[in-house]
Amino acid sequence: MVTSQLNNENIAMTKNTSKKAARSKRPGELFIELGIKSVAFLSFAVIILIFVFVFRETLPIFFPDKQAPAKQEVLQSETYGGDEKTSENDKEIQNRIDASQKMETSGQNGQITLENLASKQWQPVSANPQYGLWPLFFGSLKVTLISVLIASPLAILAALFSAVFAPKKIKEIIKPAIELLASFPSVVIGFFALMTIASVSQSVFGTQFRLNAFVGGVALAIAVIPIIYTVTEDAINSVPREYMEGSLALGATKWQSGLFVILPSVTPGIFAALLLGFGRAFGETMIVLMATGNAALSSINIFEPVRTLSATIGAEMAEVVFGEKHYTVLFLIGALLFIFTFALNAIAEFWVRNKLMKRFRGEG
Amino acid sequence: MKKKLTGWLVISFSALSVLLILSALVYMVADIAWQGKGALTWEFLTSAPKDGMTGGGIFPAIVGTVLLVVIMSLAGVPVGTITAIYLSEYSKRNSIFTKMIRFAVNTLAGVPSIVFGLFGLGFFVQFIGSGMDKVAGGGGALKWGQPNILWASLTMALLTIPVVIVSVEEALRSVPDDLRAGGLALGATKWQTIRKIVLPNAVSGIMTGTILAISRGAGEVAPILFTGVAYFLPKLPTSLSDQFMNIGYHIYIMATQSPDVEATKGIQYASVLVLLAVTFGMNIIAIIIRYKLRKKLNT
Repeated sequence: MVTSQLNNENIAMTKNTSKKAARSKRPGELFIELGIKSVAFLSFAVIILIFVFVFRETLPIFFPDKQAPAKQEVLQSETYGGDEKTSENDKEIQNRIDASQKMETSGQNGQITLENLASKQWQPVSANPQYGLWPLFFGSLKVTLISVLIASPLAILAALFSAVFAPKKIKEIIKPAIELLASFPSVVIGFFALMTIASVSQSVFGTQFRLNAFVGGVALAIAVIPIIYTVTEDAINSVPREYMEGSLALGATKWQSGLFVILPSVTPGIFAALLLGFGRAFGETMIVLMATGNAALSSINIFEPVRTLSATIGAEMAEVVFGEKHYTVLFLIGALLFIFTFALNAIAEFWVRNKLMKRFRGEG
Repeated sequence: MKKKLTGWLVISFSALSVLLILSALVYMVADIAWQGKGALTWEFLTSAPKDGMTGGGIFPAIVGTVLLVVIMSLAGVPVGTITAIYLSEYSKRNSIFTKMIRFAVNTLAGVPSIVFGLFGLGFFVQFIGSGMDKVAGGGGALKWGQPNILWASLTMALLTIPVVIVSVEEALRSVPDDLRAGGLALGATKWQTIRKIVLPNAVSGIMTGTILAISRGAGEVAPILFTGVAYFLPKLPTSLSDQFMNIGYHIYIMATQSPDVEATKGIQYASVLVLLAVTFGMNIIAIIIRYKLRKKLNT
């Protein structure tokens, strides 16, 4: 810890001095630094661009008038234009057409109301489409909770084992093995869930639906374990050695130190790990798309199929017309996913990490 | 006595967790390898699907995946490397700009891949692509304003940039400061020192980053769903504005939308085995390189 800080100060010093030298000598150096800096800025720009462009496609929801399709206006002017000169008979027909157009309008080109978004039904393709996000949100939450509940005890205990209890040689096997688990493509995990986990779960629990929230949750747990493990393990490794040594010196055994000294001292780190795992599971698409059955139900039963937010985008985006209502709502879902994971990341980053650092510096 | 028992329980439970995770890993690999090896032949790797996807191989999907990761690396690796150079060599530790970039990189790593897909559709296809079509004229004909391999690769590049940054930065930080000081002391400028001394010592890190990015890019499906992938194409892509086939997407469609899942089971497992072998192989190489790097660092 101390040496690394010293090193950092050293680097900072060489940096400052060299920068001064460069400034006085070569304009080319400044130019290169500027170039490198602007490329580095790209990551930040991309975040902003994602923000802008995902939200841009959802604008029709928030500003329906500005973005209303021109088609609608043309239709209206036609009907009203013909209104005055027609006979009563014609008028009646016109009224009927009006009515039917209104129906169609509410289905196809009309505005997406908040009530519709908050309704409890997701039926985007029907005569009277329902864009209720609730069952999708519920589905995401349900699968995510199942996966985090399965993954977190396993991952945290595994991290504790490899960071505190395990002999060095075993540790050197565990870490890369879990890295390998992290490298599993999600489509492969989804496939495995679809083929194997679903069958096993059905024969063990005798469930009605082969694909359900539980199967999806187990599969997601496979994807989430490496994240929770890695972040927790890093946190444990960042605990100053004095903690362990002090505890051992006071006569505590190794497991007591691990469980009652090390683990409590990294609670913010574990919290961060859980947040990141939660975010990963919430946004994961291919696994849930393949393993949860994709029916937009909101039941508490974990053995019933669910449809998650992300899977809905993945399954439906290919079939919608660009710029249409359904398309807009799918982008809204994407925007929500983005905000949600962004917030989780921000919390994990600033709040938790600062807290952890403060604690180890003895400030909090 | 009670204490001893608790201790024994704590340690054995944590060891059991590790064992459970590792056996899940081994079981998954073994299951896929076992069921896929039968259909995995040379012909499977080198021929196109036939008989309505119930026979033949996955050659076009392999080609599509390779093209995807090549274009992706060409676009993403330089950006990731330069960002890492900035973070490790130029940035002041506590400046707001540095914090901004670090936060952006972390956020980028946490954005769900499906959101990258939406972004690719909204930005590359609808905005840049359509814009290019408008500039080129052509009477409303779509050339770039539709999903294609270029947009898919660029979307994937954004997704994998954080992977590259993390690996390269780690490697750059492992280069001892004495080397930098030596370079500067000999009168080299900062950039000369970085280019001639620091970077050559960090080549392995750049390699690791590239390999990890490729393995990630080869396995991700969600970002390319609406930015360029196609289920079946009669011919291989020949230009950047063509669509392409992809192993991961192939697996997804075959497993979920095939009319006769049982008949194609062998092919499906073999495709999964190919994808898994590629990502695994690359990750193992990366792990070995990094292991050696860390060892070098510690001695």
